[in-house]
Amino acid sequence: MDKILLVIKREYLTRVSKKSFWIASLVAPLLLTAIYAVPIWLATRDKEVKQVAIWDGSGLFEQKDLADKEIAFQLLKGDVSQIKKTFDKQGFDAFAAIPVDILKNPQGLKIYSEKNLSLSLKNDIERMVQDKVREILLRNAGISTVKYKETQVDISSDTITVSKQGAETTSSSGGAMILAAILGFLLYLTLLLYGSQVMNGVIEEKSSRIIEVIISSIKPYQLMLGKILGVGMVGLTQFLLWIVLTVGLSTATSKLYKAPSRMATIANTSNSEELKQSVAKAESSAQPMEELNKVIESTNIPLILGSFFFYFLFGYLLYSSLFAAIGSAVESAAEAQQFTFPVMIPIILAFILAQFTMQDPDSNIAFWASIIPFTSPINMMVRLPYGVPAWEIILSMVLLVGGFLACSWLSSRIYRVGILMYGKKMTWKEISKWVFYKG
Amino acid sequence: MILSIQDVVKRYSSHVALDRVSLEIPKGKIFGLLGPNGAGKTSLIRIITQITAPDEGQILFDGEKLSSKHVEQIGYLPEERGLYKKMKVGEQLIYLAQLKGLSRQEAVTRLKDWFIRLDIKEWWDKQVDDLSKGMQQKTQFISTVVHEPKLLILDEPFSGFDPINANMLKDEILALKDRGTSILFSTHRMESVEELCDSIALINHSKVVLTGEKDEVRNRFKAHQFEVLFEGDLTQDLNGVDLISLEMLGNQSSKKAVFKLQEAVNPNQLLGQLIPQVQIQKFQELIPSFNDIFIQVVNETN
Repeated sequence: MDKILLVIKREYLTRVSKKSFWIASLVAPLLLTAIYAVPIWLATRDKEVKQVAIWDGSGLFEQKDLADKEIAFQLLKGDVSQIKKTFDKQGFDAFAAIPVDILKNPQGLKIYSEKNLSLSLKNDIERMVQDKVREILLRNAGISTVKYKETQVDISSDTITVSKQGAETTSSSGGAMILAAILGFLLYLTLLLYGSQVMNGVIEEKSSRIIEVIISSIKPYQLMLGKILGVGMVGLTQFLLWIVLTVGLSTATSKLYKAPSRMATIANTSNSEELKQSVAKAESSAQPMEELNKVIESTNIPLILGSFFFYFLFGYLLYSSLFAAIGSAVESAAEAQQFTFPVMIPIILAFILAQFTMQDPDSNIAFWASIIPFTSPINMMVRLPYGVPAWEIILSMVLLVGGFLACSWLSSRIYRVGILMYGKKMTWKEISKWVFYKG
Repeated sequence: MILSIQDVVKRYSSHVALDRVSLEIPKGKIFGLLGPNGAGKTSLIRIITQITAPDEGQILFDGEKLSSKHVEQIGYLPEERGLYKKMKVGEQLIYLAQLKGLSRQEAVTRLKDWFIRLDIKEWWDKQVDDLSKGMQQKTQFISTVVHEPKLLILDEPFSGFDPINANMLKDEILALKDRGTSILFSTHRMESVEELCDSIALINHSKVVLTGEKDEVRNRFKAHQFEVLFEGDLTQDLNGVDLISLEMLGNQSSKKAVFKLQEAVNPNQLLGQLIPQVQIQKFQELIPSFNDIFIQVVNETN
């Protein structure tokens, strides 16, 4: 037993002391935080103020209407063709010519610039003109701007699951879907990632020939088990780092950008409708996050986390023992590729089935996919946020443990023969014979 | 006896690797395990190191039935050497020593001693990848003996060593023997058998075909042939003696002859017949080399 611990320790420490482990542990949370934080940052940062000249043929615009934080508009009088030639020399980035009949001809706006106009600047100019034109059109139609704003409603719903006992839980199917997708994808990724790490570790020992020395000290199954558990712990460590770092970083960034006081300050000091809008936009872009928060509040977090741990552990153990068996049968990573395919198929299949499970978590496909050991880790994790009867979870877990025991028995039979086989062209027929070898 | 191998049988799907192999391997001696490629040497070693189990028969280690607790008393240097390439030399040796049951502290102390003794201190923090092949061999030899095993199994230990390192290794092996370590030495190189082994066993086609103490085996293969260097001419026929060969030596005056004595004729009788005829310069019995014995026995048993 303490020899298995030695193997676990070596497998763990050699991997954790690699630079690549720490890079992966840091980069993923940074990326996740960036996805979350960059839109907010973009929306709130101080942009360089663009200078835009306006020639107003319609006479609808006054200088006081043209307030914008990011763009300094200046109304110019005179000849359009003259301004066209000189606006860039006067220090303007762009020149917008509003036609006389802008109310009837909304497509008549022309924007000139020396360099290619940035999309955001174009949008900003268009929106400024559009808001003013709409305001006038509304006024002409006898509708007040306030009334108009009141009609701009945004419908969103709360979905509520009612259990047989009549207890209601607020759920958000959109959020559940996101949580399910994240968990399922995470499992899919780790099964592949750490499964193949185990396989490469076995190949390394076999091709470097150290295997014979090691198994003259410990039993092959001890080495296999130690390697699988050691790599598994690396996986758990990475998860832990990801979770802690992502939560830490995103809390820090949201404190920085979403603190109400700061938002209010920005809104007040700038006193601009535009900025308020952009902050609101940033908030709505963070809406999936809020949806997610809602699910996290509405679902049973200990159950989800506990199940995730369980399905990660046993799903990983099941697949990595198969990967270890394949690694033992081959002599190089290149040779391994043809043999990994049959092990990849169930993982990929589980991932594809998870898409169906997500769309209809109570269907037959979803049920069977979350019960059968090879597909259950991913599919049960996808189903869990929608609520799954306890007996199904228990059945699925029991079968998964059984599946793991069966696979590891099979794998250790192949492994103990495979690691000492050199110079033979492996076939599935040959490998299946090893299972029945004695001693 | 450090090892008593009794009627061991090992079958693979297509062939029998060991067919009723019985051997007694004495304590504190160097025992040579000889045999052509594919004879079954590696199969036997893997059973002794408990990498595989025999289908029939049993092995006693120091009088007890071989079991997993004996793993720590055996050191094994396989023919195909290998270390973790991406691991530092020191850490790797500590790990291997711990697998053999040493505590970390004990392993560090003993390994440091070895590194100082072999003057390789600067290797400790190097990655195995950065060592030359010969250095890796040395490192692996240390890993084989650091737990001070009662039985040391060396499979072709000299392959890959340059003459200087091979000599150093030979000295280390002999020093271990002096300290009471029993050594099982598997090789093709007959000159190292002559030099090092106390006893041998020859395996061919899964069977033990020859075993015994080195000198006793050699005596068994003596062909009663004598080499004689002399001056003068042999004029009379010799009774009970066949002349195998006769050649002139470079200086013309000396001749070298090889005689084979028939049953019931002793060397004194040959001498007695020679002395009246020629001036004898040298008289010695031809002792067969292990190379000859190996080839002869393997050919006979094929």
